[in-house]
Amino acid sequence: MKEASPSEGHGNPIRIVLAKLGLDGHDRGLKVVARMLRDAGMEVVYLGLRQTTETIIEAVEQEDADVVGISMLNAGHLTLGPRMVAALADAGLDVPVVVGGIVPDEDLPAMSAAGVAGVLGPGASADEVVACVRAACRP
Amino acid sequence: MIPRTVDQLVAAARGGERRATARLLTMVERGGEPAAEVASTTWSHVGVAGTDTHVVGVTGPPGSGKSTLVAAWLTALAAEGRRPAVLAVDPSSPLTGGAILGDRVRMAEASAAGVFIRSMATRGHAGGLALAVPGMIRVLELAGFDPVVVETVGVGQVEVDVTSTTDTCLVVVTPGMGDAVQANKAGLLEVADLFAVNKSDRPDAADVRRDLELMLDLSDLTGHRRPGMVDRPAVVSTTATTGVGVGDLSAAVDAHRDALVAGGTLQERRRQRWQAEVRSHLDERLRRVVDGAVAGLEPSDRAPYDVAAALSRGWDRGAEAGR
Repeated sequence: MKEASPSEGHGNPIRIVLAKLGLDGHDRGLKVVARMLRDAGMEVVYLGLRQTTETIIEAVEQEDADVVGISMLNAGHLTLGPRMVAALADAGLDVPVVVGGIVPDEDLPAMSAAGVAGVLGPGASADEVVACVRAACRP
Repeated sequence: MIPRTVDQLVAAARGGERRATARLLTMVERGGEPAAEVASTTWSHVGVAGTDTHVVGVTGPPGSGKSTLVAAWLTALAAEGRRPAVLAVDPSSPLTGGAILGDRVRMAEASAAGVFIRSMATRGHAGGLALAVPGMIRVLELAGFDPVVVETVGVGQVEVDVTSTTDTCLVVVTPGMGDAVQANKAGLLEVADLFAVNKSDRPDAADVRRDLELMLDLSDLTGHRRPGMVDRPAVVSTTATTGVGVGDLSAAVDAHRDALVAGGTLQERRRQRWQAEVRSHLDERLRRVVDGAVAGLEPSDRAPYDVAAALSRGWDRGAEAGR
């Protein structure tokens, strides 16, 4: 349900909702990513810890966000990544999902098949993070 | 999905569809042609006749607890069956234009209670708000929210945009902000309609109250009031994290609205809001003209003042001609 495609440019920054989905108290990585995206000119709606698919969808809806970034370091990515994608689709929201966390290479095909638009692991550079989010916004 | 027209979005927003409201807010915020269309459509629906929506500004220094206090207050209003919305403004980076909008972190409970929360960045606008705020307030009025609360960026002494954008201006202060001399400086404190002394569980909160009351005594003494000020501003003690004083705050905000209506000053404030909105759009247009005029200029034997005088010749006639 996009009335206008997110075309980034002057006065039209990408708006991203960033959240820790599920029970996982480690938000340092997410904070670093938030800062990287801010410094690339994006508007980061930061939700922080202990979010659910419902609270994230509520935020995406009210903030009219272009993309969602969820972070998890608890090995829940194969469950929670696809669940987030499906929940957005069920809500009728055509918004891509980027997952950050410890995702082994062998899980990447499954994540991609489930509709996750991008995966960022530890050590991703600022340029890689920004490029991944931008690519997710322009499929 | 076929994009919806502005009229379709407006109809959906009036029918309570939050996604349509959010999309209209985005269109206003992005500016350009779509924003102009939304602006004229919403004006014809809710601007000309006006609405009963109470527009409340909340401002104060960074870290004073504005978000937490607004969240506690609006959660209580939602529980009473009202339909509050908040525009939470955070600063854009002057260098990259990026922003971290963190107000939802403190508003999770309010969100769960049904409060509509929209975060936004200043996008290069000084004064504590963003250019699009008045237009976005109108979209929220259109969607039937009441009250509509505008939370400014953390401000210091002179960012008083919020007073000309809202019906009621609440200033949040905390212990440790300085002495009575600070309280008597010109600026933010003298344009407040209401004060919340937040973090009032701290031992020096009584000192802040005393300094504020003394400052207000002096205002009574000199007779100095912001035009349209109805009464001596109330000072409410709150502790947002525990909810202490939030009921008092809520009552004080409603009482201020009632006083504006009873005193006949609400219409005057709305007239001021209208003028301020026209002014801010004019400012923005002028700023672009000025940016263009200055680009490429190099220092020369002429003084900066003289260069500006030469470049601006005829501007005043332009404004007259447009009336």
